[in-house]
Amino acid sequence: MNATAESYVTEDGRTIGAPVMEMKNITLKFGGVTAISNISFDIREGEIRAIIGPNGAGKSSMLNVINGFYHPQEGEIWFRGEKRKPMKPYQIAQQGIARTFQNIALFKGMSTLDNIMTGRFTHMKTNMFWQAVWKGPAEREENLNRDIVEHVIDFLEIQAIRKTPVGRLPYGLQKRVELGRALAAQPKLLLLDEPMAGMNVEEKEDMSRFILDVNDEFGTTIALIEHDMGVVMDISDRVVVLDYGKKIGDGTPDEVRNNQDVIDAYLGVAHD
Amino acid sequence: MNATVIDGDLDTFPKLLARNAIKFSDKPAYREKEFGIWQSWTWAETKDEIEALALGMLALGLNEGDHVAIIGRNRPYLYWAMTAAQCCGAIPVPLYNDANAEEMAYVLEHSGARFVIVEDQEQVDKVIDAQEIVHGIDEIIYLDKRGMRKYDHTHMNAYEDVQAEGRAAHHRLDPIMKERCAALTIDSTCVMLYTSGTTGRPKGVVLSNRNIISASASSSEFDDLNAGDSVLAYLPMAWVGDFIFSIGQCFWTGFCVACPESPETMQTDLREIGPSYFFAPPRFFEGMLTTVMIRMEDASPLKQRLFKYFMDHAKKVGPAMLDGKSVSAGDRFKYLLGDILVYGPLKNTLGMSRVRVGYTAGEAIGPEIFEFYRSLGINLKQLYGQTEASVFITQQPDGEVRADTVGVPSPGVEVKIGDNGEVLYRSDATFIEYYKNPESTADTKDPEGWVATGDAGFFEESTGHLRIIDRAKDVGKMSDGSMFAPKFVENKLKFFPNILEVVVFGNGRDTCTAFINIDLNAVGNWAERNNIAYASYQELAGHPEVYATIKSHVEEVNISVAEDSMLSGCQIDRFLVLHKELDADDGEMTRTRKVRRAIVEDKYADLIEGMYSGATEISTETEVTYEDGRKGSIKATVQIEDAKTVARKAKAA
Repeated sequence: MNATAESYVTEDGRTIGAPVMEMKNITLKFGGVTAISNISFDIREGEIRAIIGPNGAGKSSMLNVINGFYHPQEGEIWFRGEKRKPMKPYQIAQQGIARTFQNIALFKGMSTLDNIMTGRFTHMKTNMFWQAVWKGPAEREENLNRDIVEHVIDFLEIQAIRKTPVGRLPYGLQKRVELGRALAAQPKLLLLDEPMAGMNVEEKEDMSRFILDVNDEFGTTIALIEHDMGVVMDISDRVVVLDYGKKIGDGTPDEVRNNQDVIDAYLGVAHD
Repeated sequence: MNATVIDGDLDTFPKLLARNAIKFSDKPAYREKEFGIWQSWTWAETKDEIEALALGMLALGLNEGDHVAIIGRNRPYLYWAMTAAQCCGAIPVPLYNDANAEEMAYVLEHSGARFVIVEDQEQVDKVIDAQEIVHGIDEIIYLDKRGMRKYDHTHMNAYEDVQAEGRAAHHRLDPIMKERCAALTIDSTCVMLYTSGTTGRPKGVVLSNRNIISASASSSEFDDLNAGDSVLAYLPMAWVGDFIFSIGQCFWTGFCVACPESPETMQTDLREIGPSYFFAPPRFFEGMLTTVMIRMEDASPLKQRLFKYFMDHAKKVGPAMLDGKSVSAGDRFKYLLGDILVYGPLKNTLGMSRVRVGYTAGEAIGPEIFEFYRSLGINLKQLYGQTEASVFITQQPDGEVRADTVGVPSPGVEVKIGDNGEVLYRSDATFIEYYKNPESTADTKDPEGWVATGDAGFFEESTGHLRIIDRAKDVGKMSDGSMFAPKFVENKLKFFPNILEVVVFGNGRDTCTAFINIDLNAVGNWAERNNIAYASYQELAGHPEVYATIKSHVEEVNISVAEDSMLSGCQIDRFLVLHKELDADDGEMTRTRKVRRAIVEDKYADLIEGMYSGATEISTETEVTYEDGRKGSIKATVQIEDAKTVARKAKAA
């Protein structure tokens, strides 16, 4: 079910389309260190794609390449059938790619509502003049965006912390607010960097449910990095496994689980 | 005072709905906060929504006399579902939405519900789980479409789709609905409500239109409720009180019911709505007071002094002013000043600025807590009631409010004390029967219509007010023959903010012992202040300093218990602080948070034995149930402490 370009329907009734993003022979170097070497994989429309691997495997670097923060020395990135030119992260955000961060990157002193509103920034068009005058286009635009943000708040069930400064919230909720900010951008492709790191079992269950619901309700394509194997195997459609900057496995959770290279990478083998 | 007479045009809920849609057509009937904004529906819109749902359910084949189970938190749509069921000649049966699948299965099976209307996916899953045992369910209607796309929809529909179906078919189905409504009489069943089940399985209490409407009408008149009032609906929909407030009195008077955005935002929503009529269990008022006190401790010294100064004054004159007694002009002026500086802002923060009538019931309320709210000028009163009575048995009239009584008989209710000291009552509002349970019906309600409450109490001769001692069943004797009334002692202990729950044992024994649950909020705050580190509830509960504090509370209570000549034998000799909170998910409490004594006694038999055998600590293992139904266990070593008792006074002859 991998290699073909045609769409297919999963067991639970979701339609997975053709690849939206293709990484072709990506190599990323920092000076003499090769973080990613010659990796190719694709992300299909509507799927939940996990990127896993031991520490230092190059997962976060890969996400930073997708989101335009790093520019690979070699290789091509194809997004929606077009080869992507080197871009700034904000330009990529405008293309419909949103992300969350491994170490929460919220505005601590601002409320949940304001933080999520920042996710609408790329959609705001009115210029400084109208923002200053406020009445008219700027106000209409704010109302429109607030409506979208309120739907996100409702979706993530965080009404009770709408006005709470984010710095006062527990870790699990901050992660949820960060997901909210990414969702507010109404992305086509959502990148999640360890959305469940440091959470307890209950928080992980909640977060998994939100990820599945986002994918199911809005048809958002999701690429995520996660260390919790149980979660990855449960929620993702396909998994790509990296180790020391190389791709060592790619396929459905079952295929990956039985891949000898993956087992070796995780359980460890003697390096000779 | 007599019960209000019900007009023949207003003797069923569809008739009341029709009247309100004309009389109050543009006035809001229901509000709900959604997407951060209060949405409201006028009475005319409410009628339209209800009828659309009713027609849709007719299209799906809802029959006369069917039971319609309704599961979810307080939402206008679910209140409408109750009236919509009545418009189809069916009977609404609201269930506790936090019940686990097993409890839900029992009620669904017992009521034989054919239609189930639920709020969201979580409840749909529970109903589907229950269907392994329950086979009578033909149709599930859900409100929130989220996550529902992948379900098998052969016997499942979204609420709005059912309404759309009903609107489309109104020409064909209108006459059928009219016919069904016309067939309803004052003696038709209005609703079936399940008791919380303090003892054993819940029972289905069948209440007729006469019961609900007469109770709503009389109580509305008692407190002069009118269309200008507003309430916040946040208590479980399956509880009789919520049915009376959010449907009964709402339809009778035409006042507005507001539903919170989510259970967690209740406090904020309360402040935004500022209801004029408010009901809460004592636990809620206690919790709110604890929060105020904790926050005051963090306030600046000036604010603390202002608060203390004016609260002392409020305690002195506030209740008297509320009762309309004469207070000197100077005191009045000082109270006015206090109102501007302290009481007003505080009431506003609590969401109580506009409360004209407030009630608390279900348990005894601590006198200090009661006085605190009354001294602020909040007209908080007590009532005594039951599901079987459509809530009201006794209530306190304005100006005769005290912490230790539950008031005088409600209008139209006769109350008497049985030979064994049990409180009995009779009125138009007493229930028809327990569903499919004639034995229990006969046990509770005698042929003359007197219903036994199961509570022991007496009338105060001087005032005519009723005082409740305890559940009649729980009142026992100590081995020396003196009276044992656990609740009397438990309530005294629960009035301390540090103590959340208490269970006292001692029936047939020489001495009394107690299990105590600390209040994590209050004790946790105290621990933080005193630099006491703790990792879990269990660790905090077992902390020596916590034990010392609790011990001082117990000894204080013993002194006060000793003063009561009848009950001085109930002083607590030994106690322990339980390693876990008593919880409804473990069956230790009912969903309305009343302790199930027999289950606690059985489950913790080893601990009770330890207290009477003189042990100083016991290792125990307890099974706990998580919210999703999984089970686990916690191990603990629990300390047992002795408490000083006061020499018993000579028993009154």
